[in-house]
Amino acid sequence: MEFTITNARLLDGSIVDLAVTNGVISEIGIGLSKGKKLDVGKNLLISGLVDLHTHLREPGREDSETVATGSAAAAKGGFTAISAMANTFPVADTAGVVEQVYRLGQEAGLCDVFPIGAVTQGLAGKALAELGAMANSKAKVRIFSDDGKCVSDPLLMRRALEYVKTFNGIIAQHAQDPALTVDSQMNEGIVSSKLGLVGWPAVAEEAIIARDILLAEHVGSRLHICHLSTAGGVDLVRFAKSRGINVTAEVTPHHLLLTDDLVTNYDPVFKVNPPLRTERDVMALRKGLADGTIDIVATDHAPHPAEEKDCEWQGAAFGMLGLETALSVVVKSMIDTKMMSWSDLVERMSISPAKIAGYANHGKMIKVGAPANLTIIDTEGSWIVDRNTLASKSKNTPFEGMQLPARVLHTFLNGKQVLRNGEIMNGGAIE
Amino acid sequence: MNKHLLSINDLSAQQVIEILDTAGELAKISDGPMKKLPTLRGRTVVNLFFEDSTRTRISFESAAKRLSADVINFSAKGSSVSKGESLKDTAQTLQAMGADAVVIRHGASGAAQRLADSGWISASVINAGDGTHEHPTQALLDAYTIRSKFPEFNKSFNGLRVAIVGDILHSRVARSNVLLLTKLGATVTLVAPPTLIPVGVVDWNVKVSYDLDSVLKEIDVLMMLRVQSERMANSFFPSEREYSRGYGLDITRLNSLNPNAIVMHPGPMNRGLEISAESADSHKSVVLAQVSNGVLVRMAVLYQLLGGATLTGEVSV
Repeated sequence: MEFTITNARLLDGSIVDLAVTNGVISEIGIGLSKGKKLDVGKNLLISGLVDLHTHLREPGREDSETVATGSAAAAKGGFTAISAMANTFPVADTAGVVEQVYRLGQEAGLCDVFPIGAVTQGLAGKALAELGAMANSKAKVRIFSDDGKCVSDPLLMRRALEYVKTFNGIIAQHAQDPALTVDSQMNEGIVSSKLGLVGWPAVAEEAIIARDILLAEHVGSRLHICHLSTAGGVDLVRFAKSRGINVTAEVTPHHLLLTDDLVTNYDPVFKVNPPLRTERDVMALRKGLADGTIDIVATDHAPHPAEEKDCEWQGAAFGMLGLETALSVVVKSMIDTKMMSWSDLVERMSISPAKIAGYANHGKMIKVGAPANLTIIDTEGSWIVDRNTLASKSKNTPFEGMQLPARVLHTFLNGKQVLRNGEIMNGGAIE
Repeated sequence: MNKHLLSINDLSAQQVIEILDTAGELAKISDGPMKKLPTLRGRTVVNLFFEDSTRTRISFESAAKRLSADVINFSAKGSSVSKGESLKDTAQTLQAMGADAVVIRHGASGAAQRLADSGWISASVINAGDGTHEHPTQALLDAYTIRSKFPEFNKSFNGLRVAIVGDILHSRVARSNVLLLTKLGATVTLVAPPTLIPVGVVDWNVKVSYDLDSVLKEIDVLMMLRVQSERMANSFFPSEREYSRGYGLDITRLNSLNPNAIVMHPGPMNRGLEISAESADSHKSVVLAQVSNGVLVRMAVLYQLLGGATLTGEVSV
């Protein structure tokens, strides 16, 4: 099991060959030729991307995505590890369900699928799920989230934060005060007032973030804020970090690029939770990601079948696809705008997420002995998003028809090539 | 003329005036011996109502029939919001039946636009009220009514002062009226408790007041909105009585209006809540004129959207 990737460009600009032996980088140098060779034409080689927020819909909604189709979308997007959110049917609130999702990921074999466990039974926000059982299962769950719903009961949130300390777990909070967002449809502001859609005030997110960072400080636990979407939320996380509170935060690619005025035509492809916000929020999120206040990018990949979007706005489901466009959207919003470098991008999309989640084989520096979870990117290329060519089972991308920079060429999972020239490999030509 | 009427934003000031002028022509014909015109003979107008609204449906039905169109009333109970028949399936059914125009009333904001934009149907779409978004024909009939009472504002509303009072936040009538009145140059003041004013009102080119009494003397038109008592359950205001004391049009407030001022209400009225019986029935009230003007204005809209013929039925070349 040995091969060589030749002509790879590293982040420092050097052009090298990498020999991979039994899934691990065994040698880095020039003129290497162990086993078969793949010339990657001086394109950029980085550690595989890691997503901490993915909806794979299996079990229960296999009509919108399966672990296998979601894994293919991930591989096409340059991800070698993704994290399956718990809001499946049944909910991933027991060891049985998380082990099932983990096993389905292994069987698909296109990227590592790490299940996220529910914080509360049935995501109902009433009683803790068996967090220890999920942590000790074969899936080794470390991230717990009721994503889609907020753990709004402050006492239950406190208990959850405390309880996961036994196994160094982390609570990923979907910050949305339910009482402030009854029937909410979009960001509350100029556009919602004009469109007559029930508003979703920024304060509904910020109030929960403020509360939770104080709870995390009080009990000395790790808190992760999912999909930050407001300028005020960025300020609160910045404040928490300045106080030394153990909080991390993520932002989605779509919140870095899209704004609420896209809702004006009532096309539900732009309906998402948290909602698209204003230009001011987008700029604050970009700044927060650039200066490290926001630790990582996470996709919140949320597939939905056609009928859940092909209807009136109010009746449509919340969520957007993200895995296959994430890298390009981050390049467009952060690198093309000169706010971040490629090294920063690798930090935010590979190294830091792996560190937060404790995914030991992912997000490593490119060096001898590191697992060969690798992504090779044509940084100068571009592509036009066509929802009919996506690997995801669903088509609800908000970037349809948009020209985006940077193309993922090859993805290697534990030393096995799963993507070659943008195409999923079924049975590798090189491994 | 455009293909659809989804929002007052679809119309220029000039197009608004044209619709009102056309309605005026139709009024003259309606006063003659032949009330029914052959203009839309052979065309099919569907009234697609996902929400009950007998008055609006009857108004559109009578407008279409007076233009000789065939009218189908389609009462689709439960939208996809409640997982009943979906908007898409309903639209495709109407398309298969050969509808030329669809008049849609729907509980979801933007439903009319979705119907027009989605490619499910090729008919003209007329928004007869979508959620808390817009109700453009109501604003047109209100403008027609204002014009008939104030001939000096025949071509423009420059100098006209209008107050809209009540549940602005949830009112499609208010949104359409703000757009239309400001488009024609009127000065608009919204009056409501702060809980019923949308946060985005700063962008609306209107004045806002929380004090009804302070604006009564400075207006020509007082437009009262229906207040739904269910709002009380969500703490938009403490009680019906407190609302009524602060924002209801009682006889004292009616008497403090300018002598020529008129009182409007889109109906149905909650007598005793936002308007007292004496105010509703006073000589300043133009509520019934609004109803009869509604038919004329909707005839004008159907005529302009479906086009293709002159008012008397000769095909234009």
